[in-house]
Amino acid sequence: MGDSVAETTLPEVDEHPVQQDRSEKDTLLDARGLTKRFGDILANDRVDLIINKGEIHALLGENGAGKSTLVKMFYGSLEPDDGEILWGDRKVTIGNPAAARELGIGMVFQHFSLFEALNVVENIALALPNPGNMQDLAKRIETVSRDYGLPLNPDDIVADLPVGIRQRIEIVRCLLQEPRLIIMDEPTSVLTPQEADQLFLTLQRLAKEGCAVLYISHRLEEVKRICHHATILRHGQVVRECDPTLETPASLASMMVGADVAAVSAGEQAPEIGETRLALQGLNAKAATPFATALNNISLELRAGEVVAIAGVAGNGQGELFDAISGEMPAAASMIHLDGRPCGNKNINWRRKQNAAFVPEERLGHGAVPGMKLSQNIVLTRHGTGDKLVGAGFVSNAEASVLEKRIKQAFDVRMSHDDPEARSLSGGNLQKFVVGRELDRNPGILVVNQPTWGVDAGAAALIRQALIDLARSGSAVLVISQDLDEIFEIADRIAVISRGFLSEAEPATDMTRERVGLLMAGGAETQGEVA
Amino acid sequence: MRIELVKRKEHSRTMALLSPLIAVALTALSAAILFSITGHNPLIGLYKFFIEPLTQQWSLEATIDKATPLILIGCGLAVCYLSNNWNIGAEGQFVVGALFGSALPILFPSFENVITLPLMLLFGAIGGALWALIPALLKTRFNTNEILTSLMLVYVAGLLLDYLVRGPWRDPDGYNFPESRIFSDAATLPEVFGGAMSLSAPITIIIAIVLAIVLAKTLKGFEIRVMGESPRAGSFAGFSAKRLTLFSFAIAGALAGLAGTMEVSGALNQLLPSISPGYGFTAIIVAFLGRLNPIGIIIAGFVLALSYIGGEGVQSAMGVSNEIASVIQGLLLFFVLACDTLILYRIRMVSRRVPTGETSHV
Repeated sequence: MGDSVAETTLPEVDEHPVQQDRSEKDTLLDARGLTKRFGDILANDRVDLIINKGEIHALLGENGAGKSTLVKMFYGSLEPDDGEILWGDRKVTIGNPAAARELGIGMVFQHFSLFEALNVVENIALALPNPGNMQDLAKRIETVSRDYGLPLNPDDIVADLPVGIRQRIEIVRCLLQEPRLIIMDEPTSVLTPQEADQLFLTLQRLAKEGCAVLYISHRLEEVKRICHHATILRHGQVVRECDPTLETPASLASMMVGADVAAVSAGEQAPEIGETRLALQGLNAKAATPFATALNNISLELRAGEVVAIAGVAGNGQGELFDAISGEMPAAASMIHLDGRPCGNKNINWRRKQNAAFVPEERLGHGAVPGMKLSQNIVLTRHGTGDKLVGAGFVSNAEASVLEKRIKQAFDVRMSHDDPEARSLSGGNLQKFVVGRELDRNPGILVVNQPTWGVDAGAAALIRQALIDLARSGSAVLVISQDLDEIFEIADRIAVISRGFLSEAEPATDMTRERVGLLMAGGAETQGEVA
Repeated sequence: MRIELVKRKEHSRTMALLSPLIAVALTALSAAILFSITGHNPLIGLYKFFIEPLTQQWSLEATIDKATPLILIGCGLAVCYLSNNWNIGAEGQFVVGALFGSALPILFPSFENVITLPLMLLFGAIGGALWALIPALLKTRFNTNEILTSLMLVYVAGLLLDYLVRGPWRDPDGYNFPESRIFSDAATLPEVFGGAMSLSAPITIIIAIVLAIVLAKTLKGFEIRVMGESPRAGSFAGFSAKRLTLFSFAIAGALAGLAGTMEVSGALNQLLPSISPGYGFTAIIVAFLGRLNPIGIIIAGFVLALSYIGGEGVQSAMGVSNEIASVIQGLLLFFVLACDTLILYRIRMVSRRVPTGETSHV
């Protein structure tokens, strides 16, 4: 399926950047004592940070450590309460993003701000202060994007482009303004491994030219691989600075968390192949909206005792597949079987009563109601599963609080006071809660989309271990994830979804990252054309 | 100095209670300003408007009469608004309910026995529910905007009433006045508590209490609240948005229709070309002022009923236009919605340290 792509060999990424002596380099940005407070929370507490010219500088920290707050102050979208920023040797006040761009600070966001109905050149023109003639701009875009190894066709409509190309547009938009510092927020979370390699080459070239990169990522492997220097934030303070090339991902993780992160163990024994618990047979679904993905003839068998992972780049049909399996999107009865019973046309509660459980990707607003207490959010998915939560139409708050306490304890959900509203929990804690809510039922079949998305290392390890333990106890676990590290850590078999097609699930031991990456890119024809 | 709204981590319980009170206080303040710019003593105006109706037996009874339909309609609307269905057409559902309820005593005046009144009330509820189901079906089948369709049906209902009262349902012995025949005793809602109030008042209070329990304690109430706040989570819970839209419109229509029947059967005793001083619209304010909680709505219903009586009071005593009542109702809704912001946000004053963007342009 991806053989033609396999032949395009990429240049080797320079695995060991030469460590520079920081004191001798030119300082580009010097932040001193930056402090930002939101109500009672000190998001940044006297943060000092020096970024040198030509340096790829990693900014590490768990969710909520204050990374976003810090870069927003550099980019002018937040105003520091205290402290100062030196740009070169001049003190500056960055009042808004336009002022930041004028200084030469560009930012590539995690969530793109592109108009899907417009083409590449129109999108870029919208963001430039003086776009000038559109034809000239199109030429400049072609030249710059080719020079930096991120080729773009200026006439392509954004809606038709895969996520990796969309990110290129954002990067090229930055480059056209000749930045001296580029801030990148989790740039590789939407890329295949091959696309990420391409991005690293671009970043290394930028760095050679003297442009600095402030690089935010949760992927410690890649930080070690391309970054020259790392600053680690915890609870809004700088706790460490280090040279990531001299560290291991595990040591970086423990610096972020402030404690050793437990390694996930898949158990000694290979899973015994049990009976089939979830079967997808020729699952088809039309795209519900112009921007949704159709599912094409998807087949998969999930057996008792195993964890099967579905890898793929965001937006390739993962959400649609989840909705079809959970019953939020109806299908033909014979397309989905739970423990041998056809159920493609049954609703989500019928499937829950068959001992299936579901954890969607979006925790707030899909997996949980933001303004409701945790105990009420337990009723949300368990009102029909015989947990005594509902009797004669009445909801038992007492039973719900018993469950809430049990889940809180078992999954270490931290909260400021008992039974708070779901919205007040941090992302990681809420994720522990929504996963815990389903695991607490000890389901026979668990389907979970992005189990540890945006979750800190400690919580992620806890959740992954719980998923493996559930499978080893005889349940079938289907994990949809975009995190390859996670997939290789927990999966017994791996399938890849691309443009609504699912590859054969193959044993994880036979899979390599390269192979998964090629399968991910398998359906992305446009990518091959541009490159 | 500038004012910032800072999002709270959770809903503030204190503010949920305080916000209607702050809204009432701000409305009173605005009313006082209105009185003084029209050349009246603001204190006397406020007294006549808000306090005096509570001091006399007759005006207190009139307040209860006005509050009853407001509370009943407001309760039904709360079900709609909690589930994110914007039913603006309770006025029409009230009128159609009154028409259905009146059909029996007008078309079959000789049908007089103990079940006459219960049947009328039942028909009234059914009529209101059917009228409300029109925008609900249009929404679930064709994705129309229920705000527009429910509102437009108000005017259809008004014209229907007008036609019937001037045409086929006109009192044959009524000297061509546009009125229906007077209802017989069997079709008239009795008075209770020594004539202090119509039977409609206790019926309304009981319905409000039952609804309060349903909303707070049952799975149906849970479903209504979940769907209102987060439809995607609601569908994850296995609830159907379409069925709930039909359900909530039907409930709101039934309660408005019941209120309409009780109004014609109790207070008016016949059909007239106009049977409501805008109860269906004022009840929207009642529902929000009562925080979409039936118990809160009982209190809010009294506050808004006061504005009708108080409006008449200031008109007769001070010569202020009766329109002041509508102005004050509008102000109240405005302040209620504005103050609701404080439940999830708090206000912070920020003093600017340095004018921004100055040095960066060097």
